[in-house]
Amino acid sequence: MIRLERVNKSFGHLRVLREVSLEVKKGEVVCVIGPSGAGKSTLLRCINHLESVDSGTIYLDDQPVYRFTRDGKVTTDPERRIEALRCEVGMVFQSFNLFPHLTALENIMLAPMHVRREPREAARVNALALLAKVGLSDKVDAYPQELSGGQQQRVAIARALAMRPQAMLFDEVTSALDPELIGEVLRVMRQLAAEGMTMLIVTHEMGFARDVADRVIFMADGVVVEEGPPEVIFTRPRHERTRQFLQSILDRGA
Amino acid sequence: MLQGFFALFNFRDALDYLPALLQGALVSIEMTVCVMALSLVFGLVVALARLARLRAVRLAAGFYVEVVRGTPAMLQLFYIYFVLPALGVNIPPFGAGVVALTVNYAAYLSEVYRAGIQAVSRGQVEAALALGMSRTLRMRLVILPQAIRIVVPPLGNYFISLFKDTALASTITVKELIFSGQIIAATNFQYFTIFTIAGAIYLALSYPGSLGVQFLERRMRVGYRRRAAVVGAAPALLT
Repeated sequence: MIRLERVNKSFGHLRVLREVSLEVKKGEVVCVIGPSGAGKSTLLRCINHLESVDSGTIYLDDQPVYRFTRDGKVTTDPERRIEALRCEVGMVFQSFNLFPHLTALENIMLAPMHVRREPREAARVNALALLAKVGLSDKVDAYPQELSGGQQQRVAIARALAMRPQAMLFDEVTSALDPELIGEVLRVMRQLAAEGMTMLIVTHEMGFARDVADRVIFMADGVVVEEGPPEVIFTRPRHERTRQFLQSILDRGA
Repeated sequence: MLQGFFALFNFRDALDYLPALLQGALVSIEMTVCVMALSLVFGLVVALARLARLRAVRLAAGFYVEVVRGTPAMLQLFYIYFVLPALGVNIPPFGAGVVALTVNYAAYLSEVYRAGIQAVSRGQVEAALALGMSRTLRMRLVILPQAIRIVVPPLGNYFISLFKDTALASTITVKELIFSGQIIAATNFQYFTIFTIAGAIYLALSYPGSLGVQFLERRMRVGYRRRAAVVGAAPALLT
């Protein structure tokens, strides 16, 4: 479904991604964990081309979508193709980024109507169904400002789902939330995972990752250090760096 | 001081001057409305041009804004009224005033729009990008609706200052408020009385305008809410 081959990305002198290769198969739930600055968010942002890559290839459905090489031979796909790709890969942000001038319902209907050109009524019916799915049927006409962080994030998930994407990217979606609001968002994500959605999730919620992930990827300093099933990564990681990171999480919890 | 005022202000004749001055004020208002309506549109066009993808378009729009900002409004007015006829373009005084002030204000308003557009957060743009929106859709559906709201109070201030700037048109014989006053004063030298009334008229019309802008600024701070919620929130705002 999503495949990265030897992707490199720098911001100035800072190498954020080094030769990162990974794959997310259809229906798979992959969690990316690691210390801040590891390049996890950049990784997600490169997949739907909010960032360009310096080199390497990103495939969606075995189609190479974007290529940007350091040696000056630059081939970028036309913007329209990238826009089409973004429709297939939903993204949810740490800071929700709901459109403040629109109600919850309008937020969800906007892109289906204007990008997918769905008729208004169809978009509305689907948006209402999605709001029900994320448990916010009573907030249809509320503006983002009138919603709690957890509610906003659930609307943001519904908004991404409204495009009927083939895969979803979650960028630390609970990091900006008060602790008591995290559960409601994770519940929606668990449900999505159970329904078979392909998901790539950057998260600091280790308990969630352990429960939901089919595979866990540990990243540090722009490199994929190791990956494997959650029971292996969390209980007997092979790398010292992974052990240190998990230990520091445990210490923080204590 | 106050005594001097009463000595100089001719109450007896003041009422006689009022109709002509109010007539002039009406012309000032008409010109303000015409110019504002036009420059709201052209200002936005210029702002979008300054953010355009094509470099030539950006440069042209930037050049226009710098020329307008770097020359006196009065010069622009004279240019259109006195210089264009030499090139075979004849515009009557009121029209010339409208064109000149529109040229001027569109440039300033474009900067206001541009600031508003750039004030919309990066996260909003990224959310729109992530939903597959094209550049045009992002601007139309996400950025502009938010930017417009941000720029309403500063636009209101420009509206008020435009009303006063219409006085410039007196120099090209538009019978607006100042010129109407000059016409009367030229016959009886009652400058003090006439221009005091004119000033009072300007103030009486501008001040409600700035109260309106203050109201809009307060509304802005409340943010986007349902009507019912705004009403409900009002008592909390008063405390």
